[in-house]
Amino acid sequence: MELPPFQALLDEHGAHVHRFLIATVGRLEADDCYQETWLAALRGYRRLKEDSNLRGWLFTIAHRKAIDHLRARARRPVPMAETSEPPSSGAYASGAALDGQAEIWSRVRALPPKQRTALAMRYVADASYAEISTAMGTSEEAARRNVHEGLNRLRKEWQP
Amino acid sequence: MTTAIERTLRRATGELDSTTRPDISDAASAAGLIDVAYATHESPLGELLLAATPRGLVRLAYIDSGPEATIEELARVLSPRVLRVPDKLDRVRRELEQYFAGSRDQFDVQLDWTLTRGFGRRVLQATARIPYGSVSTYAQVAAAAGSPRGSRAAGNALGANPLPIIVPCHRVLRSGGALGGYTGGLDRKRTLLAVESPQRPLV
Repeated sequence: MELPPFQALLDEHGAHVHRFLIATVGRLEADDCYQETWLAALRGYRRLKEDSNLRGWLFTIAHRKAIDHLRARARRPVPMAETSEPPSSGAYASGAALDGQAEIWSRVRALPPKQRTALAMRYVADASYAEISTAMGTSEEAARRNVHEGLNRLRKEWQP
Repeated sequence: MTTAIERTLRRATGELDSTTRPDISDAASAAGLIDVAYATHESPLGELLLAATPRGLVRLAYIDSGPEATIEELARVLSPRVLRVPDKLDRVRRELEQYFAGSRDQFDVQLDWTLTRGFGRRVLQATARIPYGSVSTYAQVAAAAGSPRGSRAAGNALGANPLPIIVPCHRVLRSGGALGGYTGGLDRKRTLLAVESPQRPLV
């Protein structure tokens, strides 16, 4: 199998990658992260092996870019309001707060980064545990654990 | 087993929707990461696919059955870093519009000949020199390409022209004046000749 035209990747996975980044770094930084993810993907694309799992590879890059952003944010003297504010305010909440099941994803964003990433891959992009483990550089067992711990924590904290 | 919280997460991914996603093409282009840029273009001869490399226009194709096959071919033959960037094809699109409106008699865009080679390239480059409104023959372009007896091979090269309209293979006819062949079908060849010379009676 040959590498598909890059545009086909963008068309097929662009929306998922964007949602994944909104879920992990928040709306304010998602666009920058998205751009960086796809530029990095373009940079590496010609060297990619033809039988690679393209979605897994893309999410590996997106995950790294998200981590870079989260680290940079942690280093900033005043933390961005988005992570600490209650989910009913801030840049994110506007439209989503109005419907019945609003804001579960802003709860996800308050989870520790590993759980957040694992949940976002699993439920935004329908990724398998194998894909999650590849993207996050962990064992499959750790990927499974991150998803389950994240779910448990949400279950305790979140009331619709 | 799917739990309630998992169902909620899946159902609520709409919370993560965005009406717009950033367009990466400007940044990708500035970083020199686009090997092939393409656009589609509506013309009087139907929808066209236009593709350019940093060196110039590399492909024009009639895409009656959709652009996918041609885009995949470009990815395979040139580079998989193929992106839709309509801006990069603006100039040739404008020139095509003027050409079909009868207000342009030559194309000024840079060409990238990468998809041609050897005798075929020489035939096409000879063809590119046939002036607007005039015609030549397979034998003549074969001779101009250095092979006076190569009219059949010249016909094959013209049939594989990666840049029809721009490299005017429609201006090449059989020696007796019959139309010969055309990549996009003879109706298109007739139309192109009519655009260039509205008074000429066509065979």
